[in-house]
Amino acid sequence: MYDIAIIGAGIAGSYVARELSRYQLNVVLLDGENDVANQITKANSAIVHAGYDAVPGKKKGLFNAPGNIMYEKVCKDLGVPFKRTGSLVVAHTEREMMTLQRLYQRGVMNGVPDMRIIFEDEVHEMEENLAPDICGALYAGTAGLVSPYELGIKVAENAVDNGVELKLNHLVTNIAKKDDGTFKIETTEEDIEAKYVVNAAGVYADDIYKMVGDPYFKILARRGVYFIFDKEIGDLVHNVIFPCPTKNGKGILVSPTVHGNLLIGPDAMPVKKGDIDTTQDRLDYIKENALKNCPELEHYFNKIIRSYAGTRNTPVADTYTTTDGDFIIEESPVKNFVNFAGYESPGLTSAPASATYCVEDVILPMLERDGVHVEENKDFNPKTRPHIIFNQLSDEEKKAAIEKDPRYGKIICRCESITEAEIVDVINRNVGATTVRGVTKRCRPGAGRCQGGFCQPRVVEILARELGCDMEDIMYDAKDKGYILSGKTKNQ
Amino acid sequence: MYDIIVIGGGPAGLAAAVEAKKEGVDNILILERDRELGGILNQCIHNGFGLHTFKEQLTGPEYAGRYIDMAMDLKIPYKLNTMVLDLERKDDDTKIVHAINEEDGYMALEAKAVILTMGCRERTAGAIGIPGFRPAGVFTAGTAQRFINMEGYMTGKEVVILGSGDIGLIMARRMTLEGAHVKCVAEIMPYSNGLTRNIVQCLNDFDIPLKLSHTITFIHGKDRVEAVDITQVDEHLKPIPGTTETVPCDTLLLSVGLIPENEISRGAGVEIDRRTQGPSISELCETNLPGVFAAGNVVHVHDLVDFVSQEAALAGKGAARYVKGHLEEDINFTTVNGDGIGNVVPEKITVANLDDSVNCYMRVRSVSTNTVINCYVGDEKIATKKAQKFVPAEMVNFKIKKSVLEKYGDGELKFVVEPKEA
Repeated sequence: MYDIAIIGAGIAGSYVARELSRYQLNVVLLDGENDVANQITKANSAIVHAGYDAVPGKKKGLFNAPGNIMYEKVCKDLGVPFKRTGSLVVAHTEREMMTLQRLYQRGVMNGVPDMRIIFEDEVHEMEENLAPDICGALYAGTAGLVSPYELGIKVAENAVDNGVELKLNHLVTNIAKKDDGTFKIETTEEDIEAKYVVNAAGVYADDIYKMVGDPYFKILARRGVYFIFDKEIGDLVHNVIFPCPTKNGKGILVSPTVHGNLLIGPDAMPVKKGDIDTTQDRLDYIKENALKNCPELEHYFNKIIRSYAGTRNTPVADTYTTTDGDFIIEESPVKNFVNFAGYESPGLTSAPASATYCVEDVILPMLERDGVHVEENKDFNPKTRPHIIFNQLSDEEKKAAIEKDPRYGKIICRCESITEAEIVDVINRNVGATTVRGVTKRCRPGAGRCQGGFCQPRVVEILARELGCDMEDIMYDAKDKGYILSGKTKNQ
Repeated sequence: MYDIIVIGGGPAGLAAAVEAKKEGVDNILILERDRELGGILNQCIHNGFGLHTFKEQLTGPEYAGRYIDMAMDLKIPYKLNTMVLDLERKDDDTKIVHAINEEDGYMALEAKAVILTMGCRERTAGAIGIPGFRPAGVFTAGTAQRFINMEGYMTGKEVVILGSGDIGLIMARRMTLEGAHVKCVAEIMPYSNGLTRNIVQCLNDFDIPLKLSHTITFIHGKDRVEAVDITQVDEHLKPIPGTTETVPCDTLLLSVGLIPENEISRGAGVEIDRRTQGPSISELCETNLPGVFAAGNVVHVHDLVDFVSQEAALAGKGAARYVKGHLEEDINFTTVNGDGIGNVVPEKITVANLDDSVNCYMRVRSVSTNTVINCYVGDEKIATKKAQKFVPAEMVNFKIKKSVLEKYGDGELKFVVEPKEA
């Protein structure tokens, strides 16, 4: 019997697990996928928002700005790439300038530092490639860039380092509340028993809750389509460039990525859960809208290296129109069952603050109420084992790294200059990579301009060797169904 | 300090090194990132290589083997599993090649001249942005070729191929021979992008349909490819509504073009021709940087490896002359693509460096018959290239005599596709 079972190993569930690992509790983290951080956390805008969008007084407004400030430390502790670039919400008209003022005021109420309204000249001085008709912008200096899946993975790794048990490919199929008040969670692998449950199941959070209680919220999957451009034009803009927000969201942004690429997107289309396909009309729509703020892009559509889609988990009442729903982070009407749901943007940014809230203000008081005495975990280490990013080393450091481990001298991914030692390291950590996509998410082979064309066979080989299996057993992503190789050739 | 460092030990690098050595330069080093010399030829186990050079049909590894033997006979040193990270030029024109491998660790190697022969890479699914899911089972043809020919694993059983580039055609046959069912090859253009002999030997002989003016408009399957939508396109290459067919398959191979791989070149400040996406080079393959040469698919994508070897030999000769101080640097002619021509290599010509002629390689933009390619200096036609038919898949090799160029002294050579005169 676990003390606490967390359903969903995205950024929300994993972060709660990590914060719980500060205490002596028996925690299990469950996910239906073949890797952590594999749904919403994997594909989003990767922005650490300053916090002027969120409505003051709501949880979104409460956790955004403090979450942003917490990024520095957590990313340093966990070795996750994070860059504070600043953001510009740009206005083309006087009317939009008025919207900027409202955003600015919200930002002030939410405690967002380093904001200012700037005008034409300063905008174009900061960003030489923006549309000439842009007449002003809201600048926010604390906005930044992160690799969301790397953060999700490292948070989960740190949780496991500190004693949390992770069970992947455990898709929850039913939950029964037993007479003694504990829960039996049925999964595709085994039944899990736990005294408390945290539901952080992303777009499926309402389906999970329905297994134990009467529905009181509904999650709408809203799909966003993105393009990633070659690093060659990664510095086309220096800040995150947002259009003026509308009721549908923050709009199509143009942004550098923390790895030095350029990203444009997303739209916001309600879809069936799990539908993360792109469609031609939406891909065209993204391009058209990105051009409105950054017309220079027109010359660089041949520098696109990938297009993809992700979903948001938008909480709605009964209709598919409301988007001002707040995060749901509370003990549900079902006792000892916590919902951490409706966790759409600025969920990523808010994660450090809202996970702390979930643990300190929801879970621990709940345990205390039940007379459970919780001891601190004295061995808790907030840092993950450091890892070397070879291409960021100086010449001298490169020399030393190869002397220590010759596998740093073997480049496997040419596009991103990733060495064999780095790949072996991400396979052999807690919450290590077991799939080709898992390696891509953790250290980038396959994320560059050749998209794995050269390195995929080598990565499959290394995975098979390190995991002690045949190359045929290595998956692209999903277990069994995501096979890469279909058998040996005739003369093998 | 080395006289010449060759970056890349594929067909271009080998031919360049061999030629430089024959020209009397001794201190040469080839740096190869893979575990053996020969480059991408090692996975091209089909035959058809070397008809021009050796007057016989060789497989890729055999063709590479011939050049590897020449390099070994000439005792040209090489390092394998060695990745070049950067190329740097000092003020005195010394080149520093920053490279790593497991044995030597981090190296900063000095050279008087450098030859860039890094080859090319394949355009990816990401680059062409096919709508749909992003499952396992989507491979570039070259990646599938590596899995099948080098690793001994199949990449699927029911296959659709997008793009009729030569690697795609070769893989259609290869996968069929390995027991897979290749359902069709879809090509967005109204003509094939592969060599005619490959259409005949790899598709027609195996009853694999080639669907011209068709493209893939959706990839089905969340975890592994389950089907693709194939749709006819109009003359603007836009999908025609109502012509979509959903074809069940577990594998999608892409053969949609090759891109010269010039990250090292760009980093060093080599000027890139946006038409070829490779360095602008001279008649002896010198880039805009003195002492930095480039040849083969890193410069422009060739149709036959024989021409890669030919071009690379010129680079070897050029680098040898540079090292010895015999290379003339005054540019007399530049080349430019006129109507109907996509690109021309070399981009600049120093007449004094020519033996008796210059080979200008070019690609036409579309299929044409009853046409010729004319070369003009100003309004004056100085040479004509004839052929039964010009197709984009085949590189045109247009030879211009040194004596003709000498007559004009200098200027711009403009190549134009024009109707054959009656």
